[in-house]
Amino acid sequence: MTTTQTGARTAGRIGDNAQRPDGTLKVTGEFAYASDLWHDDMVWGVTLRSPHPHARIRRIDVAEALAVPGVSAVLTADDVPGENAYGLEHADQPVLAADVVRYEGEPVALVAADHPETARRAAARIRVDYEVLPALTDPRRALDDDAPEVHPGGNLVRHLRVRRGDPAPTAPVVVSLDFEVGMQDQAFLGPESGLAVPAEDGGVDLYVATQWLHVDQRQVCLALGMPPGKVRLTLAGVGGAFGGREDLSVHVHACLLALRTGRPVKMSYGREESFHGHVHRHPATMTYEFGAERDGTLVYARADVLLDGGAYASSTAAVVGNAGLLGLGPYRIPSVAVDAYGVFTHNPPCGAMRGFGCVQAAFAHEALMDELAAAVGVSPVEIRQRNGMREGDRTTTGQVIDSAAPVAELLERVAAMPLPPPLETSDLRNLPGAVGNTTHGEGVRRGVGYAVTYKNVGFSEGFDDYSTARVRLQVVAGEAVATVHTAAAEVGQGLVTVQQQIARTELGVERVVVVPADTTVGSAGSTSASRQTYVTGGAVKAACEAVRTAVLQRAAVALGGPVAGLALDGDKVVGAGGEVLAGLADLLGDDAVEETVEWRHRPTHAVDPETGQGDAHVQFAFSAHRAVVDVDVELGLVKVVALDTAQDVGRALNPDAVVGQIQGGSAQGMGLALMEEVVVADGHVRNPSFTDYLLPTILDMPPMRVEVLEYADPHAPYGVRGVGEPPTISSGPAVAAAVRVACGRPLRRVPIRPEHVTGT
Amino acid sequence: MDFLQPSSWHEALAIRAERPDALPIAGGTDVMVELNFDRRRPGALLDLTRVGELREWSVEDGGRVRLGAGVPYARVIGELGDRLPGLAMAARTVGSPQIRVRGTVGGNLGSASPAGDAHPPLLAAGAEVEVASAARGTRRVPVADYFTGVKRNVLEPDELIAAVLVPTAAGPQQFCKVGTRNAMVISVSAFALALHPDRQAVGTGIGSAAPTPRCAPEAEEFLAGELDWAARRPLPEGLARAFGERVAAAAAPIDDVRGTAAYRRHSLAVLARRAVTWAWDDLRRAA
Ligand SMILES: Cc1cc2nc3c(=O)[nH]c(=O)nc-3n(C[C@H](O)[C@H](O)[C@H](O)COP(=O)(O)OP(=O)(O)OC[C@H]3O[C@@H](n4cnc5c(N)ncnc54)[C@H](O)[C@@H]3O)c2cc1C
Repeated sequence: MTTTQTGARTAGRIGDNAQRPDGTLKVTGEFAYASDLWHDDMVWGVTLRSPHPHARIRRIDVAEALAVPGVSAVLTADDVPGENAYGLEHADQPVLAADVVRYEGEPVALVAADHPETARRAAARIRVDYEVLPALTDPRRALDDDAPEVHPGGNLVRHLRVRRGDPAPTAPVVVSLDFEVGMQDQAFLGPESGLAVPAEDGGVDLYVATQWLHVDQRQVCLALGMPPGKVRLTLAGVGGAFGGREDLSVHVHACLLALRTGRPVKMSYGREESFHGHVHRHPATMTYEFGAERDGTLVYARADVLLDGGAYASSTAAVVGNAGLLGLGPYRIPSVAVDAYGVFTHNPPCGAMRGFGCVQAAFAHEALMDELAAAVGVSPVEIRQRNGMREGDRTTTGQVIDSAAPVAELLERVAAMPLPPPLETSDLRNLPGAVGNTTHGEGVRRGVGYAVTYKNVGFSEGFDDYSTARVRLQVVAGEAVATVHTAAAEVGQGLVTVQQQIARTELGVERVVVVPADTTVGSAGSTSASRQTYVTGGAVKAACEAVRTAVLQRAAVALGGPVAGLALDGDKVVGAGGEVLAGLADLLGDDAVEETVEWRHRPTHAVDPETGQGDAHVQFAFSAHRAVVDVDVELGLVKVVALDTAQDVGRALNPDAVVGQIQGGSAQGMGLALMEEVVVADGHVRNPSFTDYLLPTILDMPPMRVEVLEYADPHAPYGVRGVGEPPTISSGPAVAAAVRVACGRPLRRVPIRPEHVTGT
Repeated sequence: MDFLQPSSWHEALAIRAERPDALPIAGGTDVMVELNFDRRRPGALLDLTRVGELREWSVEDGGRVRLGAGVPYARVIGELGDRLPGLAMAARTVGSPQIRVRGTVGGNLGSASPAGDAHPPLLAAGAEVEVASAARGTRRVPVADYFTGVKRNVLEPDELIAAVLVPTAAGPQQFCKVGTRNAMVISVSAFALALHPDRQAVGTGIGSAAPTPRCAPEAEEFLAGELDWAARRPLPEGLARAFGERVAAAAAPIDDVRGTAAYRRHSLAVLARRAVTWAWDDLRRAA
């Protein structure tokens, strides 16, 4: 056999800025999102929701709605064939409210009609006789003896205790504060949408925008009373998620209507319904205390964190877990006492959102770090460096951090970045208030603030966290093609790209097809907890390795030599020196080599119920931010001038995508610090629209300096570390700190509103 | 729903009289939101975008600009920045580029929201709204008398807004708008100021701080009496602040999801103080 040297290695491998396979479609507006789903002869489903935060349903009369021409079905709780209950951790949430509604916006009835407007008008004719009941809307009252019970058994969802070190510590310097965080919305741009198609076998095919197909499938099956084989899910185009698609939305509703009408049913929320149709980030009320030596070295920390879970459990228990286990920040603290609570109220349910319990806590511990710095007379950077975790340290739960923990370096890097130029008043857009023309420089003070965080990656506390990948290698029209099939949800973050990059790297082929995610392959786990590149990436890598082993064994047999030294590159089998030994086309012919692998990261463990001690997490990710703000202290308006960051990502599989995650996450954290809040008064959402739920615009978000560190985690595939969440956690507290410095007020609540800055 | 598309002003007024259930639509940036949210279900839409007369502006005898109701904000910014600086500054703060290309001053007046950004500068300039009906012809309403309540105005069911008549600026004008983000935001409070050195008078307009946009007449008179119109010497110590306090006192704000009454009052005082400082500096520089 002749040997020739191969040319350049395949492009688009890990570490390259490979282009997204769906990038062009998205940029040109041709990508099909879930809201674009269409089926001939489909009908439209709409939801009737409760106007009350707490009420008993005495009677529902659907006759008038059913009589509307064009209406094909009106369903209530009585029409749920399986269990009228779902939920991520506890099935406590009715598919349709039966006897009681527990929050404003709770689904009560469904209508299918030939036009969405007809369905909406018919829904308005459903007569629900409510007996309004007193609502528990103050989470601080939830655990009082006389508080109304949201569910039988009390209003406590979870109480997590963490205790470590001296139970009665004292210290020469003590600082403390109370802090409050408002309710943030995920505000993904593509509202909840899905299409349910009844199948000939009596089952249903559901196309839906979601974060975890298999956990949806489990819940849909339960509600429909059907086995998994009859409820097949396929991922529809997802326009962002951020945790807001972990719980069910249209899923069961669309399937119920499809099975009843025998027609495909599409459901698609508008923005207002979306605000009622998914969980939000938990509002938090927190009390923190740090004790330290005179030089600022921490001696102890105490924290009391209360999270308002709203009407149903959702993932509140896990969020409490994070707030309790990680809520003191990335610091070495010998003695610790943390109590984290999640409670039920009649407010909108809260659950998963990017940063998951760490976001709220970080506002408190970072504000308190600044207090401590001031109390002992060192800079905010120094105090954090002095106390920052290092590799080999133990966390507050006693877990040894067994890979990089570069807190001091991250801070050093952001502190060393050049500061933006001084205030420039010639262009209004540079000033707080911008073209609102509220200042020409009057009242404007600059502030600089720092914050640092760490976040667990992947599922913790003993959860069996795994992903499944099926990889096939075959030759099509003379060219080797790898096909990657997982159930992992691409929600915009770029997992499809990374899957291609991994397959190219492992199999040395150019063409990699990532087929749509569905439930015909095993679970991939959720697209959350910054975990998919790690876990599904790990599964794809493992499946590719299995395929490669099989192919090389064939090659060894065909070549009559040992497997050792053989590799795949450029659609060829190559030898140790890169010399081509065989083409895949010759080797495989019409055969396909396919392997399916279920891949797990190292196990984690439940924590001790009394002390919260244990190895709860598999990996930690660290980031630091420096914010520079100009604040008009007389009007309370803020212009963020710079929001710079350094983050350790272990290994950047796709550097552009990494920076994109960091920019987006930073904007989301800044949004919570300055403007993003679902305002809830007496259980009612006051601003369910983008008119009054404000997201940062391009004039609010400064250009960013981003330094990406790559300290590979030896325990993770390719050394990767989760990227998506840390920026959302450390950016907001840095912005809040900078505003405090600029205006000189304590600002113990976010979002910071103008009237908080001015004190009016 | 019928879609009625007159191509002349005459025809538009005729349809308006015949079809009381028809909702006029200009840029549609308010109307389409209302329809999408199902807040309104009109029997018909009366599309005014084909009525050429509405999309023009001209200068009348006496120097007033006659601004057709259908002229979009983008053109106010591009074409009228010199003659109507206050209105152009306000137009610049409206929504996003897309909204400024579609949205019109006539539509702003049609909606008559207390937060409408065109209103304060029209108040400060002493503008008039020209309305017309097929039956009774044209009438002109001073903008200060035009707003009758929250999102209500003096229009009769058969009337349309033809134009707004705005005196060409004889002196400096300012418009300031507070919102909780730096673009694309509904005002929490807004203030417009016009100095009229020709008649030694002051005009003001307050937005988002009362059931309707309104002037601060007492503050206007006070400032006009205190300013050194002749020598244009620097503002005396404390005058800008005293003016600001009077402007704030003229407001009747509420607490809502966008801001508190106390903050609205406070911010108006700051805006008015700053605005008069800038305007007076401009006037002195011009001298
Ligand atoms: C994203 C967004 C951002 C916005 N931001 C701002 C902002 O910053 N500041 C602000 O002030 N507004 C804002 N608006 C509201 C809106 O753009 C303005 O009120 C605009 O001036 C409306 O003009 P239009 O031509 O689009 O009116 P339309 O929506 O066409 O009409 C508005 C009302 O006026 C009536 N109408 C229109 N023309 C006439 C006429 N000739 N005679 C009688 N009645 C008439 C209509 O029947 C309707 O009731 C925003 C809207 C959106 C969607």
